[in-house]
Amino acid sequence: MANFNLNINGKKQQIDLDPTTPMLWVLRDHFKLVGTKYGCGISQCGACTIHLGDNAVRSCQLPVSAVGEQAITTIEGLSENGDHPVQKAWLEEDVYQCGYCQAGQIMNASAFLKSNPNPTDEQIETAMNGNICRCGTYTRIKKAIKKAAAHIENI
Amino acid sequence: MPDRIRRRTPKIKEMTLIKTTYNRRSFLKCSVLAGGGMMLGFSWLASCKPTPEQVRSMPKEWFEINGYLKIGDNGRVTIMSPNPEIGQNVKTSMPMIVAEELDTDWNEVIVEQAPLNTAIFKRQLAGGSQSIRQGWEALRMAGATARHMLVMAAAEVWQVPAEEITTEARTLFHKTSDKSMGYGEVASAAAKLPIPEEVKLKDVKDFKIIGTSRKNVDGLKIVTGQPLYGLDIQKEGMLIAMIAHPPAFGLQLKSVDDTEAKKMPGIKDVFTIQTFNEDYKKSAFDNCSFTNLVVVVGNTTWEVMQAKKALKIEWDRSPAIEEQMDIFGRTMDVRFPAGLESSGAHREAMVEKAGIKQNVVRKDGNPEAVFKKAAKVIERSYSCPFLAHNCMEPMNFFADVMEDKAVLNGPVQTPEFMERSVAERLGLPLEKVDIQMTRMGGGFGRRLYGHFLTEAGVISQRMKAPIKLVYTREDDMTTGIYRPAYHAFYRAALDKDNNLIAFHVRAGGIPESPLAANRFPAGGVDNYLAEDWSIDSNITVGAFRAPRSNFIAGAEQSFLDEVAEEAGKDPIEFRLELLKRAQENPVGEYNDYEADRYSGVLELVREKSNWGQEQDGIHRGVSAYFCHNSYVAQVLDMTIENDKPVVQKVTAAIDCGIVVNPDAATNLAEGGAVDGIGHAMYSGLTFKDGVAEQNNFDRYRLIRYSEAPKEIETHFVQSNIDPTGLGEPPFPPIMGALANALYKATGQRHYHQPFITEKAVVG
Ligand code: FES
Ligand code: FES
Repeated sequence: MANFNLNINGKKQQIDLDPTTPMLWVLRDHFKLVGTKYGCGISQCGACTIHLGDNAVRSCQLPVSAVGEQAITTIEGLSENGDHPVQKAWLEEDVYQCGYCQAGQIMNASAFLKSNPNPTDEQIETAMNGNICRCGTYTRIKKAIKKAAAHIENI
Repeated sequence: MPDRIRRRTPKIKEMTLIKTTYNRRSFLKCSVLAGGGMMLGFSWLASCKPTPEQVRSMPKEWFEINGYLKIGDNGRVTIMSPNPEIGQNVKTSMPMIVAEELDTDWNEVIVEQAPLNTAIFKRQLAGGSQSIRQGWEALRMAGATARHMLVMAAAEVWQVPAEEITTEARTLFHKTSDKSMGYGEVASAAAKLPIPEEVKLKDVKDFKIIGTSRKNVDGLKIVTGQPLYGLDIQKEGMLIAMIAHPPAFGLQLKSVDDTEAKKMPGIKDVFTIQTFNEDYKKSAFDNCSFTNLVVVVGNTTWEVMQAKKALKIEWDRSPAIEEQMDIFGRTMDVRFPAGLESSGAHREAMVEKAGIKQNVVRKDGNPEAVFKKAAKVIERSYSCPFLAHNCMEPMNFFADVMEDKAVLNGPVQTPEFMERSVAERLGLPLEKVDIQMTRMGGGFGRRLYGHFLTEAGVISQRMKAPIKLVYTREDDMTTGIYRPAYHAFYRAALDKDNNLIAFHVRAGGIPESPLAANRFPAGGVDNYLAEDWSIDSNITVGAFRAPRSNFIAGAEQSFLDEVAEEAGKDPIEFRLELLKRAQENPVGEYNDYEADRYSGVLELVREKSNWGQEQDGIHRGVSAYFCHNSYVAQVLDMTIENDKPVVQKVTAAIDCGIVVNPDAATNLAEGGAVDGIGHAMYSGLTFKDGVAEQNNFDRYRLIRYSEAPKEIETHFVQSNIDPTGLGEPPFPPIMGALANALYKATGQRHYHQPFITEKAVVG
């Protein structure tokens, strides 16, 4: 057991637990932030994607001890009211079927667009290839990312 | 789910008068229900607070008009969505149907997921693409009876004849006296009226909501990560449970040493459970192989995962099992042999079966003789492996079992069946078992088999505490319940003028055959022979999106492509000729498809894809199939980039009757195409000595973003026929279109799925 000071969605949090615990379970079980999803636990599906600083990371492979000072953003903290351009684009395109993978998709897409606001199709493909959607909403995800990129450009 | 096929003559529905009496039970009125403004969602959705706007527009009082809907004193309408939501979007489209007949404005409707309540709702099940088809009438009646009661109440208030009252957007009008009032003003009076004996349903041409695209009612919750799924359930004092399953089919628990595990931090208990009572007769949905289980219970998921790894368990061989199951009211004998099975041996056994005469299911004409005298005979074999459903949300369930009652909540496609199962196991009467349903992170048939619900109940009863049972991805992928492995052998005979004069299919699998003997091309060929076979196995299988069709469609449609090529005919034209025959002068006594609707989708896809106008470097394949009461034709365009096949575009034509929510239906059809391409191209589960060789997404390859079609275009046949299925039908045929395009692109026919078998490399 060890003590950690975390910065989650702009809030300072303290927690005492096994340092090997992946952030996925810290978020879900300890902070009740269940928007971050469990899909594989081995960094293969992207359902658990969060932001560590500005980077999209797989929280299932991120032990709490490796977080340090870096700010964590989860889907719950991406925007105040679900109005981040990526979320808005997702709503406009009605992307989801079951919806389970979509928090991870959105977190990955939003970090990607931040670093590359004007991506090519190939760049989107490479960036999104680690996020599985079992329902097969990929063509809608593509449309939504392009729409969000256009929104971001216009801001 | 078995396809239940009923012939139906398409007819245009005029204003329909419907007797409501047969279904009075469904409209049992609960006492007028008063409720405050906080009725959104389930109580466990602690963080799911209504927005200030929602609170403002909440009525002070709700009046329950019937089990499907209640109306607030301010005219707001809450509609219950009766069926489980697995991503097929029924939580939006089913309430749309109620709203249509109620004549309310959709944007003001609040949708709630109904709990299991067999007194009010019928068939609360997600399976067989039947939710909309079988719910259609009841949902319309729910809206129409409520509208009728509001009209009657208004007639009383205004003292005018009910026939003179019209409704629109939750407002009642008496045009001649220029009066109007909102539904909210008469909701209280309406709720006290008797339920009408007969109601009028709308004419299809008057639909205002059905047939228009409406956004997913859970959209905002999904994109903001609010709790919606079973795995998201939290409750004060809730513990986490996990199960250690046998590592191989054919093994069972011998003994467990839990000394280490029990000492680990956060662990509450380790014990073994039996999922079923000794003398219990399982239903079809109790299907599962492992019923003697080691359970670890603790405070948090990570702690329980660690403790599970510290268990020392000995396994031994399970004996052959012969038992009786209750399959939809019929007692059936089922057999599970002993032994540790491997895919290599499975393949050999299937090839052997395919090489000898099997059980004849249908025979028209004299196929044996015609094959002998044919100018050309074409013979091909096709196969596919087991598949895991791999719902994105692994199996899980919440249970809180108390002395005299139980609450179970989570993702299950068959709540009604599982309620019976768990009630019997817990020794509680049915009415003391409350089953609630969460949105599901995928179903695909996997969650028809709700053993995890019963397991959760047993564990909670033992712990005397609320628990959430969680399957890891590895548990989920390696313990069943799979799409069977299938094999199909085909033969076709052509005469010297290249007419198809005989057709033979011999199809089987482990442990069931995928044959649908009365489907196309049966009915279109004079001499036809269909045989089936099966091989017993102890690997548990079950329904997987479009059971059986999910293999046989692709095999048959690839084979027909080859036959058309041998005959020197255009593949669409070739199919249309056979369908014409089947329509004008059908062969055999019974064919389970309507040839004109089948041709209809082929003609539509031909037109929309500009079939026949070849473009350089674009290789096209076509396929069409009928299942779950709907017709789908697809054209797939492929290019080769850096030596790899790339799907550029899929064009689909679908006839599923009236389309309730076109954009959502399009989404589902797109998903079906991606799913079909993915599984045929990349996925498979193989076994070595009973052990699943793939246990997570590093080795089990699922289609990814870069492999999906760049574009999908979906067209629906305009229709006034009552809606049929859509969850499954777009999935099977695309596998044929894919194989046929691959052939055009590479010059190679692909017969065995998955077509590409390299290990997953992404991550
Ligand atoms: S759960 Fe982390 S990548 Fe799948
Ligand atoms: S929407 Fe279901 S997994 Fe992506």
